[in-house]
Amino acid sequence: MNSGEILVIDDEVQIRKLLEITLQSNDFVVKEAGTGKEGLQMAANHSPDLIILDLGLPDESGHSILKKLREWYTKSIIILSVQSSEEDIVTALDNGANDYLIKPFRTGELLARIRSSLRHNSSEEDNSIIDCDDLQLDLIARTVKKNNEIIKLTGTEYTLLSLFAKNEGKVLTHQYLLKQVWGPVHITESQYLRVYIAQLRKKIENDPNRPTHLITESGVGYRFVGKN
Amino acid sequence: MKQFIANKTSKTNQYLIVIGLIFGISAICYFLSGFIGYKVTAFVLFVTVSIIAMLFDIFPVLLSALLSALIWDFFFIPPHFTLHVGSTEDMIMLLMYFVIASVNAVLTYKIRQIAKVAREEEEKANAVKLYNILFNSLSHELRTPISTIIGAADNLLNDKNKISENNKRELIYEISQASLRLNKQVENLLNMSRLESGIIKSKKDWCDVHELVHSVINQLDDVLKKHKVKATFSDNLPLFKLDFGLMQQVLNNLISNAATYTPDGSTILIHAGIKKGNSIETFVLNIEDNGTGFPENETEKVFEKFYRLKDSKTGGTGLGLSIVRGFVEAHNGLVTLSNLPTGGARFTIEIPTETSYINNQKNE
Repeated sequence: MNSGEILVIDDEVQIRKLLEITLQSNDFVVKEAGTGKEGLQMAANHSPDLIILDLGLPDESGHSILKKLREWYTKSIIILSVQSSEEDIVTALDNGANDYLIKPFRTGELLARIRSSLRHNSSEEDNSIIDCDDLQLDLIARTVKKNNEIIKLTGTEYTLLSLFAKNEGKVLTHQYLLKQVWGPVHITESQYLRVYIAQLRKKIENDPNRPTHLITESGVGYRFVGKN
Repeated sequence: MKQFIANKTSKTNQYLIVIGLIFGISAICYFLSGFIGYKVTAFVLFVTVSIIAMLFDIFPVLLSALLSALIWDFFFIPPHFTLHVGSTEDMIMLLMYFVIASVNAVLTYKIRQIAKVAREEEEKANAVKLYNILFNSLSHELRTPISTIIGAADNLLNDKNKISENNKRELIYEISQASLRLNKQVENLLNMSRLESGIIKSKKDWCDVHELVHSVINQLDDVLKKHKVKATFSDNLPLFKLDFGLMQQVLNNLISNAATYTPDGSTILIHAGIKKGNSIETFVLNIEDNGTGFPENETEKVFEKFYRLKDSKTGGTGLGLSIVRGFVEAHNGLVTLSNLPTGGARFTIEIPTETSYINNQKNE
C-alpha cells in the first residue's frame, strides 16, 4: 500500500539516493528534483503529500523556494539543514516549514518526522479530545488528565499545553509560543516560557528531568510528542 | 629585548635618544677632563657608540659614530673649539676612531640581522612541529573511521555469499559506529574553526540550568552507560542568561571527557550554583570525577589546542577541552581545572551573567 507521495528537493545525488531507498522501503512514492526551479515545477505538477527541501540549493536559496512554495502549497514541508545554523532553522519555521532535520540525520528520526507531518495533513478537522499516551486533553471541558486523573493546571499552563497538543509532533519556536500565549508585546521575554515549561514538565512528565512529551529543541524551540 | 627597543621606538625618537646620549656622555667627560685625558674620552665615547649599536637601527648608530668623532675633535683634541687637529698622531687617531666606530656599528647590526633570521627560522620550525602533531592526530582520527567504512563497505559489495548474516550485520554496525565517530570529529573541527575565525558570538537567552544539565546527560545516555552520574543544584537557582547551544557543547565535551578517561563504574558529579557579587552574579558549574586526576603540571596545558596528555589512550584529537575554553570565553567566563584531594579532577566554569528570579516567585 502506498503511504503517500513525497517530493525530495536536494542537489546531492547521494542524499537523494538514500532518501529514495529509505522512503520507498517504507511504502512512499518518491519524486526527486536536483534544483530549486525543478522542485517548484514538480511540486506544481504532482502536488505531493509532503516535500523534503534542502536549504542549500545551487540555483536558489532554499528559503526563497520555501516562500514560493508556501504561496500556494498547503501540505507539509520538512527542511533539511546542516548543523550549527539555528537561525536558518528558525527562519524556515517562521516561513511556514513544518519541521526540520539536521544533516547528518538518523533514518528513524526522518520517518518519525514524516509520519507526524503527514498526520497533520489529514487531521485538520478539530478534535475536542486529544489523546497522547498517558495524557488526555479535553478542549471543551478545558481539563487535562494524566493516567485518567485530572491534573490541576493554571490558566497559562493550560493555554500553553493545549497549543502544544494541537501542534503535536511539530516544533514551535520560542517566538511563536511567546506571541501565542503571552501576546506580541512579550515576544522577547523568554524567561516566562522557561518557567512555564519547567512547571508543565513537573505536572505532566513521569520524570521532569527526562521529558518524553515536552522536548527541548536547542536554540529553536520546543516540540510536543504525544505518541511514541 | 634589543629587538624590542629598535622595533618599538620610532625613527625620530631613535635619533633623538642617540644624539642625547652622545651629548650627555660628552658633557660628563668634558667636566671630568681635568682627571681624564682626551684619549680616555675617546674610549668612553667608543663604548657609548658600541652600546648604541646593540640597541638601535643602523642609521642612528652611524650618526652617533660621526657625531661622537666630531665632538671629540671639537671639544677634546687640542687645540680645543676648532675642528683643526694639531698633531699628525691625533689626526690618525681621529680617523681610526671614526673608522673603528663605524665598522663596529655595521658588524653589530649584521650580527643582529643574523640572530633575527635564526629566531624566525626557529619559530617556523616550531609551527611546523605543531602542524605535524595536528596532522598526525587528525589523520589518525579521521582515517581510522574512514578505513573502517571503506573496508566494511568493500566486503559487503564484493560479497559472493561467503559472509555470514551475522558478520554482515557486524560490518554494517561497524560502518554505523565509524560514521558517528567521524561525525563527532568533523563537528569538533568545525567548532574549532568557528572559534579560530572569531565568528562565534554567544547568543544569550534565559536558560533553566536544570534543563541544560539534564538535556546533556540525556544526550550522553550511551556514553554514560557504565558510569554513575549525579547532578545537584543549589536551592532557588535563578534563570541565567547563557547561550543554551554553546553551553550544551561545553557540558557535553566535559562530561564525555570524564566518562572516556575514568574507569568504568566511576562517579561523575555535576553541581550548578551561583556566586553572588556586588553588582553581578556568576553562574558556577562544577564537574568532578573520582578518576586519577591530571598530572599537576599539565592542568593549564590541557586547554591548549591539540594538547594531549602523555600516555593518554588512543582516540581524541585534543580539541574537546580547547573548544570548552573557547565557548566559555565567548561568554566572558573562565574554565579551570584542579585535582581533588581525594583524587579525581574538577573542572570549574564561572560565567558572570544576568539572572532572573521570576522562576522562584509564586505563580498566579
